[in-house]
Amino acid sequence: MSTDNLSSVILTLVTFAPLAGGLLLMLLPRRDRDIRVFSLVVSLLTFVLSLHLPVYFHREHTQFHYEINRQWISSPNIHYHMGIDGFSLWLVVLTTFLTPLCVLISWKSVHERVKEFFILLLILETALIGVFTSLDLFLFYFFWEATLIPMALLIGVFGHERKVYAAVKFFMYTMIASVFMLAAILWLYAHTGTFDFVTIRDRITSGGVPNFPAAAQWLFLGFFLAFAVKVPLFPFHTWLPDAHVEAPTAGSVLLAGVLLKMGTYGMLRFNLGLFPEQSRSNAPWIMILALIGIIYGALVAMVQPNMKKLIAYSSVSHLGFVVLGIFSFTQAGLNGAMFVMLAHGISTGALFMLAGILHERRHTYEISEFGGLASPMPVYAASYLFIVLASVGLPLLNGFIGEFLVLSGAFQDRAIYGVLAATGVIWSAIYLLWMYQRVFFGKVTHPVNNSVADLVGFEKAAIWPCAAAALVMGVAPILWLNAINPAVQAALAPFAQMASRMVGQ
Amino acid sequence: MTGLMAFASSLPQGADYIRILPEIVLSLFGMVVMVLDPLLDEEASQKILGAIALVGTLAGIAATWYMSQFPGLAFWNMVQVDGFSVFFHVLVIAIAAVIILISYEYMAVQKIRAGEYYALILFGVVGMALMTSAIELVLIFIALEISSISSYVLAGLRRNDASSSESSLKYFLLGSFATAFFLYGVALMFGATGSTNIVVIGQRLQEAPATLLVYVAVALMFVGLGFKVAAAPFHIWTPDVYEGAPAPIVGFMSTAPKAAAFAVLLRVVFEINAPGGFWLIWVSAALSMTLGNIGALVQNNVKRLLAYSSIAHAGYLLVAFAAAPVLGVSAAMFYTAAYAAMNVGAFAVVSHFANAGERYVTLQDYEGLGRSSPLLAATFTIFLLSLIGIPMTGGFFAKFYVFSAAVKANLIWLTIIGVLNSGVGAYYYLRIIVVMYMREPQRQAPVTPVPLGLGFALATSFVATLYLGLFPGRVLHYAQDSAQQLVLQTAPSPLPSSPIVSGAPET
Repeated sequence: MSTDNLSSVILTLVTFAPLAGGLLLMLLPRRDRDIRVFSLVVSLLTFVLSLHLPVYFHREHTQFHYEINRQWISSPNIHYHMGIDGFSLWLVVLTTFLTPLCVLISWKSVHERVKEFFILLLILETALIGVFTSLDLFLFYFFWEATLIPMALLIGVFGHERKVYAAVKFFMYTMIASVFMLAAILWLYAHTGTFDFVTIRDRITSGGVPNFPAAAQWLFLGFFLAFAVKVPLFPFHTWLPDAHVEAPTAGSVLLAGVLLKMGTYGMLRFNLGLFPEQSRSNAPWIMILALIGIIYGALVAMVQPNMKKLIAYSSVSHLGFVVLGIFSFTQAGLNGAMFVMLAHGISTGALFMLAGILHERRHTYEISEFGGLASPMPVYAASYLFIVLASVGLPLLNGFIGEFLVLSGAFQDRAIYGVLAATGVIWSAIYLLWMYQRVFFGKVTHPVNNSVADLVGFEKAAIWPCAAAALVMGVAPILWLNAINPAVQAALAPFAQMASRMVGQ
Repeated sequence: MTGLMAFASSLPQGADYIRILPEIVLSLFGMVVMVLDPLLDEEASQKILGAIALVGTLAGIAATWYMSQFPGLAFWNMVQVDGFSVFFHVLVIAIAAVIILISYEYMAVQKIRAGEYYALILFGVVGMALMTSAIELVLIFIALEISSISSYVLAGLRRNDASSSESSLKYFLLGSFATAFFLYGVALMFGATGSTNIVVIGQRLQEAPATLLVYVAVALMFVGLGFKVAAAPFHIWTPDVYEGAPAPIVGFMSTAPKAAAFAVLLRVVFEINAPGGFWLIWVSAALSMTLGNIGALVQNNVKRLLAYSSIAHAGYLLVAFAAAPVLGVSAAMFYTAAYAAMNVGAFAVVSHFANAGERYVTLQDYEGLGRSSPLLAATFTIFLLSLIGIPMTGGFFAKFYVFSAAVKANLIWLTIIGVLNSGVGAYYYLRIIVVMYMREPQRQAPVTPVPLGLGFALATSFVATLYLGLFPGRVLHYAQDSAQQLVLQTAPSPLPSSPIVSGAPET
């Protein structure tokens, strides 16, 4: 098949390949090994397919790529409209990159209901990719809600002690928030007669939507609330620690790595895309919430006795950077926000895998249960250190680039935001390195830890790709940013016009 | 001589009978079941009577198809065959067919004598079908009574169970009150407009401003119909009745008579253009959604839980009634169909699982069902997800159409109440799923293999739920076309506005 032909269906293929794999998996007999191998093959295949996206991506033009637009339902007017730009491109690849690693990390740790686990994982992958590729608001909502069920089941069936509570809390929080988005989507449909993102955006820009000015603030809030809970932005974050602590490792990896990014992606795409003026006018309080999230998340992370909870709160802090970058409306801020999203996906995903590996050996996440692990597990300790350094933002690793860009964007917007956010970088170094010190350095305090096994083959296969990605992203960020930047500039265009209008007055 | 000729020409034509053919066919089959019942021994009657009733419903659907070729008025403008009535005919008869399939196993397990059971279902369906095509309030009342009386008896069929008798008696007493309210409303409406024909009333009300009498009449009629659809504040009976009645019958009562009553309400609201109806419906919709969902949150008995959920769903449906005509009517029609598919399916699972004497109906009994019977649990999960309104299921599009019709009509507050409620509602459906998959069983409730009939019923509801969720287009288009027709009838039409109040032929 020529690349042109492939380009027209590639998004459909990438999105639905995992689902097809999941359906095939249902027919396979319950031989756990076969099921694991099959899931790995499917997810790797999806990853390879998704590499087509960046390879044939035209860096210079800002339109949507690989678009496909067919009618699905004629009334209401719902289209199967998919396409990606610089925002969604890397998030799709991040999803397909993390899923095979999730399969690897679950190789041994999931030994009951193996078939159901991998079916859910593959269905979840399809839903996640669908969120990033949909350009029809209905289709987007469809995938958005579709992520809930497999994720809630992964937490509730395969999780730890308080799994049911965490699963229900996760489900209810995100479900209730997203019905507000549904109401806003319905309003847009009622007043434009279409769900198509591009059409609606153009109609809003040209002022062709009746009653829009009166409703815009509410519509903005409807979308924003759904996204803010997902991110999670302070004070909507309380579901996150519970969900993370109780989720199985693969669930945590996808939750932190990809699911949270659905929220920040939604802000970039829909809040900024459809409601630039409201984004501008609401930015002050959103940025303050983001700053609170950065500092509060870091402080709470610092005092956590539970390793997984610590990583979970660090997500609240890191995602605060993303929101801060987005609502700074600067080129550096938006580029940085996108880059933090990717870097956080990789390094926090890896941190959760590492925590999961420890839990498998010791059945606890309590930091006080460890100490001096560097001597029994040297490879593990080295890998852990590498990822921790990436996460705290050591230059030449991926965390640094994104945070630097976000901070410089925040400084451009208002210096005090930059100063306050910069403390977040220090806090993150403190809580992560302190945790690292307590777990790995010193003498072995608990005798059981002397005999803990080091990383084995498939665990290395899951961790090292993350470490490699963290390094490459830190050394050559331009490979990522040159695709992101055009989308950023397109997203900022209405803000530049707004600014020049204000100057003109 | 000429008088005789005129009389002869005023007699019902052949086409008139075709326009009530489904009702005739179903009544005949019901009678056959009644007659055969004493002739057969108990063992044989279980199988044969059920089969006859099933064939009867299939024949009823075929008759509906034939009837749909002859749209128009019949019996001196008392009955109207249009897309709207055909839609509801097919719906209620199909529900009955699936319920009969479910009952096959249930009757054997519960040791209930079959004869009158199947006959009552068929007669009940006759009443419901007639409700959807009648445009004469007195005829509607008679049809309503036919359907109600069968439901009263059916609710009490678990004779050796006190809760079933309680259910039946409660339903009967409150139900008779409600129908009396309806009748009173009809009488007042006749006093105010001089007619009991819906179309004529609609025209009269357009010509003259509504008097107080009309408002009272509309309110009283709404009380009667609100009771039948279990809308708040007339919903108090629902949980008790649903808890005691046989599970397949609850599946039946919560869908078919409701669909028929909603059809009548649609005609009353949109053809009469009932004055004052808007706020009645607004308040009732908001109350039903909220009270239904809140009530369901604390239930531990699955039948009671689904009873409260059916109150909430009546509320969502009523939201469509407050919206603009064509969109609202079609959204309501789609909702009744989707709700029927998922709710009948859910009750099929419940009645299979309940076992002899309906012993296993609490949430705890469902613990570990995901492991002991994965297929049954997965099917139930799909129905529950549809009741929540998760994409890819019929329940999602049903809610979606209703709320988008409401937004289009600028009912922002009602929409917000609705979407919030559907968020809250997710919790208690989710509880069932949680219990099935995430809890270890305390005591293992026995799961018997699914027999063929029930399997077929489950498959039908399952396919219908997914079909409406993935390809809603065809059903929605049909609903929109018939909604269009229905609304057009309100516009000044060539229908003779001669007095047909007494149902006497024009001479």
